[in-house]
Amino acid sequence: MLDSNKDSLKLEAMKRIVAMIARGKNASDLFPAVVKNVACKNIEVKKLVYVYLVRYAEEQQDLALLSISTFQRGLKDPNQLIRASALRVLSSIRVTIIVPIMMLAIKEAASDMSPYVRKTAAHAIPKLYSLDPEQKDQLIEVIEKLLADKTTLVAGSVVMAFEEVCPERIDLIHKNYRKLCNLLIDVEEWGQVVIINMLTRYARTQFLNPNINESLLEEGGSGEKTFYGSDDEEDEDEEEKEKKAETAAMAKRKPYVMDPDHRLLLRNTKPLLQSRNAAVVMAVAQLYFHLAPKAEVGVIAKALVRLLRSHSEVQYVVLQNVATMTIKRRGMFEPYLKSFYIRSTDPTQIKVLKLEVLTNLANETNISTILREFQTYIKSMDKDFVAATIQAIGRCATNIGEVRDTCLNGLVQLLSNRDELVVAESVVVIKKLLQMQPEKHSDIIKHMAKLTDNIQVPMARASILWLIGEYCEHVPKIAPDVLRKMAKSFTNEEDIVKLQIINLAAKLYLTNSKQTKLLTQYVLNLAKYDQNYDIRDRARFIRQLIVPTEKSGALSKYAKKLFLALKPAPVLESPFKDRDHFQLGSLSHLLNAKAGGYQELPDWPEAAPDPSVRNVEVKESVPEWTKCSSREKRKEKKVEKPFYSDSEGESGPTESADSESDSGSGSESASGSEVSASGSESEESEEGSESEEEEQKDKKKTKKELKKPVQESESEQSSEEEERKHARKSKISKSESESESDEEDESESESSESESEDSESEAEVKKKKKAAESKPPCKPVKKENKKEKKEISLLDLDDFDPTPSPQVTPVNSFLSSSLVTDLEGLSLSDSVLAPATMAPSSALKSYELLHRITGEGLQVEFCFSRQPFSPDANMVAVQMHFTNNASADAKSLHMEDVKLQSGMRVREFPEIELLPAGETATAVMGIDFCDSTQAANFQLCTQTRKFFVSIQPPVGELMRPVFLTENEFKKEQGQLMGMNEITEKLTLDATCRNEHTIVQRVTAAANLSRVPCGSDKECSPPVPPPDHPVYRFAGRTVTSGSLVLVTVVTREEGAAQLTVNCEKMVIGTMLVKDILLALTQ
Amino acid sequence: MIHSLFLINQSGDIFLEKHWKSVIGRSVCDYFFEAKEKAVEPENVPPVLQTPHHYLITIFRGKLFFLSVIQTEVSPLFVIEFLHRIADTIQDYFGECSETVIKDNVVTVYELLEEMLDNGFPLATESNILKEMIKPPTILRSVVNTLTGGSNVGDMLPTGQLSNIPWRRAGVKYTNNEAYFDVIEEIDAIVDKSGTTVFAEIQGVIEACVRLSGMPDLTLSFMNPSLLDDVSFHPCVRFKRWEAERVLSFIPPDGNFTLMNYHVSSQNVVAIPVYVKQSINFFESGSCGRLDITIGPKQTMGKTVEGLMVTVHMPKAVLSVNLTPTQGSCTYDSATKVLVWDIGKLNPQKLPNLRGSLSMQSGAPKPEENPSLNIDLKIQQLAISGLKVSRLDMYGEKYKPFKGVKYVTKAGKFQVRS
Repeated sequence: MLDSNKDSLKLEAMKRIVAMIARGKNASDLFPAVVKNVACKNIEVKKLVYVYLVRYAEEQQDLALLSISTFQRGLKDPNQLIRASALRVLSSIRVTIIVPIMMLAIKEAASDMSPYVRKTAAHAIPKLYSLDPEQKDQLIEVIEKLLADKTTLVAGSVVMAFEEVCPERIDLIHKNYRKLCNLLIDVEEWGQVVIINMLTRYARTQFLNPNINESLLEEGGSGEKTFYGSDDEEDEDEEEKEKKAETAAMAKRKPYVMDPDHRLLLRNTKPLLQSRNAAVVMAVAQLYFHLAPKAEVGVIAKALVRLLRSHSEVQYVVLQNVATMTIKRRGMFEPYLKSFYIRSTDPTQIKVLKLEVLTNLANETNISTILREFQTYIKSMDKDFVAATIQAIGRCATNIGEVRDTCLNGLVQLLSNRDELVVAESVVVIKKLLQMQPEKHSDIIKHMAKLTDNIQVPMARASILWLIGEYCEHVPKIAPDVLRKMAKSFTNEEDIVKLQIINLAAKLYLTNSKQTKLLTQYVLNLAKYDQNYDIRDRARFIRQLIVPTEKSGALSKYAKKLFLALKPAPVLESPFKDRDHFQLGSLSHLLNAKAGGYQELPDWPEAAPDPSVRNVEVKESVPEWTKCSSREKRKEKKVEKPFYSDSEGESGPTESADSESDSGSGSESASGSEVSASGSESEESEEGSESEEEEQKDKKKTKKELKKPVQESESEQSSEEEERKHARKSKISKSESESESDEEDESESESSESESEDSESEAEVKKKKKAAESKPPCKPVKKENKKEKKEISLLDLDDFDPTPSPQVTPVNSFLSSSLVTDLEGLSLSDSVLAPATMAPSSALKSYELLHRITGEGLQVEFCFSRQPFSPDANMVAVQMHFTNNASADAKSLHMEDVKLQSGMRVREFPEIELLPAGETATAVMGIDFCDSTQAANFQLCTQTRKFFVSIQPPVGELMRPVFLTENEFKKEQGQLMGMNEITEKLTLDATCRNEHTIVQRVTAAANLSRVPCGSDKECSPPVPPPDHPVYRFAGRTVTSGSLVLVTVVTREEGAAQLTVNCEKMVIGTMLVKDILLALTQ
Repeated sequence: MIHSLFLINQSGDIFLEKHWKSVIGRSVCDYFFEAKEKAVEPENVPPVLQTPHHYLITIFRGKLFFLSVIQTEVSPLFVIEFLHRIADTIQDYFGECSETVIKDNVVTVYELLEEMLDNGFPLATESNILKEMIKPPTILRSVVNTLTGGSNVGDMLPTGQLSNIPWRRAGVKYTNNEAYFDVIEEIDAIVDKSGTTVFAEIQGVIEACVRLSGMPDLTLSFMNPSLLDDVSFHPCVRFKRWEAERVLSFIPPDGNFTLMNYHVSSQNVVAIPVYVKQSINFFESGSCGRLDITIGPKQTMGKTVEGLMVTVHMPKAVLSVNLTPTQGSCTYDSATKVLVWDIGKLNPQKLPNLRGSLSMQSGAPKPEENPSLNIDLKIQQLAISGLKVSRLDMYGEKYKPFKGVKYVTKAGKFQVRS
C-alpha cells in the first residue's frame, strides 16, 4: 500500500505500521518502503513517516541517510515551523555519521530569527551530546549563545540543555542570572522547574548563607531542643552551637546583608508557589528551604499542604519532602498539623509518611491531640500501618519526657492485643523505652516475661529475652524460670531467639550461677550442635568466656563487665533525619541514594564571590526588570513616599548609598535591578533613621502652615516629593561618600533651621526657590523666574505642581498655568540658547546633577530641552543650568574624563569662563545615548574642584517627535505587530480622563507628537465608540530612528489600554512603564 | 528526562510503549510487576522504584498504570505531574482515559505522545496547542474521514506555541458566545465516633467553560475574596493583579479548563451539612454483628442535600450483610468487602436509616476496629464557604457574551469514624 499513489492508502498503511510500533512489535523490515515516503506531500503521512524514522533509524543507519537531504531542505524553509520540525527529526535520528550535519544545523538554528526554532535547537543539543560527547566544547558555545537569549520560549529549553551537557560550567550563568530570574514567571511550567533547580545550585555557590547568624536570634530553636531527652543529640547540638557561635562572632564583626541578587531570586520565585503544577511548587519550596532566611521559609508550608490534595503519587513525594523539612523546621508545619491526619482510605505508604510527619511535629503542646489520633490509628485494619503507629508512639515517648509514662502504659495495654504483629511491635518499642529507665518498670518486665508463652514473633521473643537478661537483677525470681522454659523449647526457636537465649543464659550464669549453672550448660550444649554456625560459634565463645578453666586467660575475669556493661539507650530517630543533604524534591532525596547525574548541592561559600560578575550592561538588564517587577516597584515607591515627603533631598542618596554598601560591590554602575532589589531593605533602615527627623519636620510643617494657606503646604510638599524623586533618579549612581556627606550636611542644616526662626525662614525661601525651579514648566526659564520672584509676590503660586491635585482650587491652577505660559513667552524672546520652537504642551522636567551642598555652592541642574541638537542630529540635547550659590566666583566650568558605554558619544558644552557668585548660567551639551538608558558619567570641573556626575535619560527622552497621519500611523503599526507590540491595561487616574490631560501627560513622559485624529475612523478595525476616543502619538528614537508608536484607547470608567509599538523592544517595554506611570498617577 | 513510557493495564499487559530516546526493552517492567505483586492493592504500589539501571516512576489513573523509565536524576514530581498531564490530555481528547479508548485511538495517542515530549523533555502540553496540531476525533469527522480519506492531523501548523499566550489558539469563532463558571467546593472532614469534628476544611475549584470568539480578556471578581486563603491558578491568570486587587484577570483558554483552586481560610468554622448516628457492633460469640446508621441534616443553609451515599469498607471477616434501608438501596460486594448505601435526596421529615445484621466468618476473631464511613453528598446552588462571584467583565471584544455562574458543594474526603 505504501507504493500506492493515493495518499489515503499510504496513510492507512502508515497508521497500521505506527500502531504496530506502539504495541511494541517490530516493524523494521518495512524501513526501505517507508523511507521513500519521507518527501510525501501529505502532511499526515509525512508526520507518521517521521515517527517511524525516529524509531528505527538507529537500526538501519545506511538507509536512514537517504532521508537526510529532505531535512536539510526543510532547514532552509521560510516557514519557521517547518524549519523547527525538520531540525527536531534530524536531531532525533541517532546516526553517528550525521553528527557534523547536526552540529551545523544546530549552530545555524541557534541564531535563527524565530525563537521557536531556537528553542528546537536548544532541545537538539542534549540529543547530539548523548550521541557524541566529543562535541561538548562546540555545544557549550551554542549553549552560551542561547543562554543570552531573551525570549521566554528558549529559556527553559536551554537551561535544560545546560543541565545535561555542562552543569559544572556555572560561570556561564553569571551574565544571565538576573535575566533568568526576571523571565522566570513567564517561562512555561516545565522550564520553570528546571530553571529553579539550576538557580538553587547557582545561588548556593554565589551567595552567603542567610542564616549564618541565626544562632544569635535562635531562642525558639534552642528551646525546642530541650525536648530531646537523649544525650547524644544534645552533644551534637552543643557542637553545632559552638560552631555557630564562631560564625556568629564572625558575623558580628560584619553583619550579614543579603545580596540583592539573592533577594531578587527569592522574590521572583515566590509567586510561583501559586502554580497549578505541583512540580513547580515543589521546586520553589526546595529553593526557599535551601536558600531563604529562616524567617521566610514559612511561606512554602501552605503551598505544600495544598499539594496534599492532589493525586496520591504527588502526595507521596510531597510528604517525603515535608518529612525531611519537619525535622529541621518543625514550626513551619505546626499550624497545619490537622492536614496530616490520616484517613482510612489513604494508601498505606501515604499513611506511614503522614505518621512520620505527625511524629516529627509532636511537641509538648500538641502531643495529647496527636496521641489521641494515634489511638484511633492503632485500631486500624491495616496492620503494617498499626505497626508504624506503635513505632511512632515510641518515638514520641522518647522525645517528649512528659508523656513517656502514658505512652508506656498505652503500649503495655497493647500487649494484650489479639493481633500478634501488634503485640510484637509493642514489645520491641517497649524494650527500647525501658532501656531509658529500667529501675522503675520491673513490673512491666515481669508482665512481658509472661508473654513469652504466647508470643510467637521471633523479633518480639528475642526482645523480651534480651530485656530479662539485661535487667535480671530487677526480676531475680522470674529470670531463671524463663530460661528454664526457653531451654525446653530451644531447638524449635528461630535463630535470633536462640542467640538471645544463649545471651540470657550467660548473663544469668554470671549473676546467679547457683540456680542457673546447669541450665546454662544445657543450653550451651544444645547450641554446640545447632545447625547454624553462628549459634555454634556463639556458644563456643561464651563457654570460653564465662566458664572458668585453666586455659582461659584474662578475659574471663572481665566477663561480667563485658556482658553486664551499662548499655546506652538507643535513640529512636526519624529515617528522614539525614536526608536533607540531598537537594529536596530530587529523585535522590526520595530514594535516599544518589541517582545518576545528581548534582550535589554545594555548601554555602565562606565568603561571597564577586557579585559584579552578574552585572550586565544596563541595556539588557533594565527592560526585563521593568517588565516583571514594574508593579512591585511602583508599590515600593508609594510606600517610600511618606518617608521622603519632608526630608530634603536625602532619601534618594541614602537609599542608593545603602543599596550599594549592601551589595558590597561598590560598583558604580548600579543597574536598575539592583536598586529595586534592595529597595525593601533600605526602606526599613530608613524608617529608623528618619523617625527623629520626621518629628522635627512635623514641627516645621506646623509652622509653615501657620504662615500659609493649607493647600499650599500640601502642594508644596508634593512638588518637593517630585523633586526628590528626580534627585534620586539622577543620583542613583553617584558614589557613596558623596551622597553620605550630602546627607549629613543636610540634616545639620535642617536642625539649625528648626532652632532659629530667622535662618529657617531664609532656608525656606531658598527651598521654595528650588521647588520652583524644579517645577517642570518653569524649568527652561529659571533665570527670569527668579528675577520675578523678587519683584512679584506670586511666589507662592509657583509652588503649585502643574499636575492638579485634588486640593488645588481651580482658580489657582488656572492662574499658575497662565503664569507658566507667560513665562514661556518670556523665555522665547529672551533665551539665546533655546531655539525657536518649543514643544507646545509638554512640560519639561529638570533633574539635579549637582546639589548645591555637594558642589560647595555650585548647583547644577539639567533638563532635556527636546530640541534637535544642531551639531549632531543623533544626539539628545541636554540643557545644563548652573547656579553659583557660593560667595566666591566659580571659574572655568568644563567637563572632563567622560566615561561612556560603548557606542555612546558626547559633545561637551563650551567652557564657562566665569560664573560670578549668585549668578546663573546655561549651557547645552549633546549626548548620543545609543537608544539606551545607560548613564553618561563625567567629571564636572571648576578651577578648584572636580565633581563626578552622571546623566541618565528617562526613556521618553530618547526619541524625537515625528508627524504621521492616522493612516500612516496604522500602516506602520501593522508592520510592528507581534513581539514588537506591548499592550497594557490601565485605569486612568481620576484627574486624567479628559483629552487634554491625557495628551499632556503622555507628551510629558515621552517626547512624542500627537497624531491628529483622521476622518477615516470607519476603516479602523476596532471602531471605538465616539465617546471612547483613541489617542495616538508617534516618534522616532534619536540614534537609530526606529519608529515609536503609542496608542491610548480609553473606555468607560477610566479604563484604558496602552499600546506601544516599537522595533526596539527594550525601549518599548520601558516606555510602556513610564507612560503607564504618568497616566495612573 | 523521561526515557520511555509504558501503559499497563491492571492485569499486567503492556499495551502501548513509546520511547523518546533509544529503545528500552520491556523487561524493565518486571521490577514493577514484582512490586505490584507485593502491594496487593494497585494504589499501594510505590510510585518510585529503583532498579539496577533505571528508575521507574508510575502513576495509577483510570485503572491503568502509566510507567515511565528514567535514567538520570530528575525531580520526581516533574515526571508524576507530566504523566498526569498525559492522562488528562487523553481524557480531554477522547472523553475518558481507559484501555479500550487508547487501543481504539492508538495512532492518535502515539502522535500526541510524540508532540508532548521531545527527547524526554516536555514540548507542548497545552491542550489548545495540541488540538491545533492533532484534531480530536468527533463522530462527524470520522464519518467524513472515512468517506473522503481526509485526515485528523491539522494541516495548519500550530501558531499558538509562538505567541505569548500559548494556552489560547488564534482565530476562535463562535456564534453563541458563552462563559460558564462552576464554583465547586468540597468539604474534607474527619468526624469522630461521638460526632465531634476532628478536622474540617473546604477546598474549592472554579471550573470554567469558555466559548468566546476572538481574544477576550476577562475579569472575574468576588464579593468576598478575603475568604480565599490559599490559591493556585491556571497559568493564564495574571498573578500581579490578584495580589494587588484580588480579582482574576485572564485571557481564557478555549473550552474547558480549571481556572483556580482555592482553600478557604481555616479561621472560618466549616459548616458540616449532615450528622451521622451510627452504631456498628460485632459480637464476641455467634460470629455476627449489628449495624445501625441514621443520617440527618445539620447545617444545610436551607438547601436540600442530594446524592447522599455512604460507603463502608468492612473488615475482612464480614461475609455477608442483611440490611434494610428505609430509603435508597444498599449493596454489599463480598469480594472487596465494600458496603454501599445509596440514599439519594435527604428528607428532613423522614430521616433515612439503615439497620440489620452482619454475618461473619465463623471462628474468625472479632475485628479490632469498627470500619469508618465515607459520606458522599451534593448540595446544588450553594458554596458552603459563602464565596460569591460578584461580576464578570470582558474587554477586548465587542459582542455581549452570555455569562453564568453555578455553585455546587460536595463532600470531599468526608469520613466518619466509628
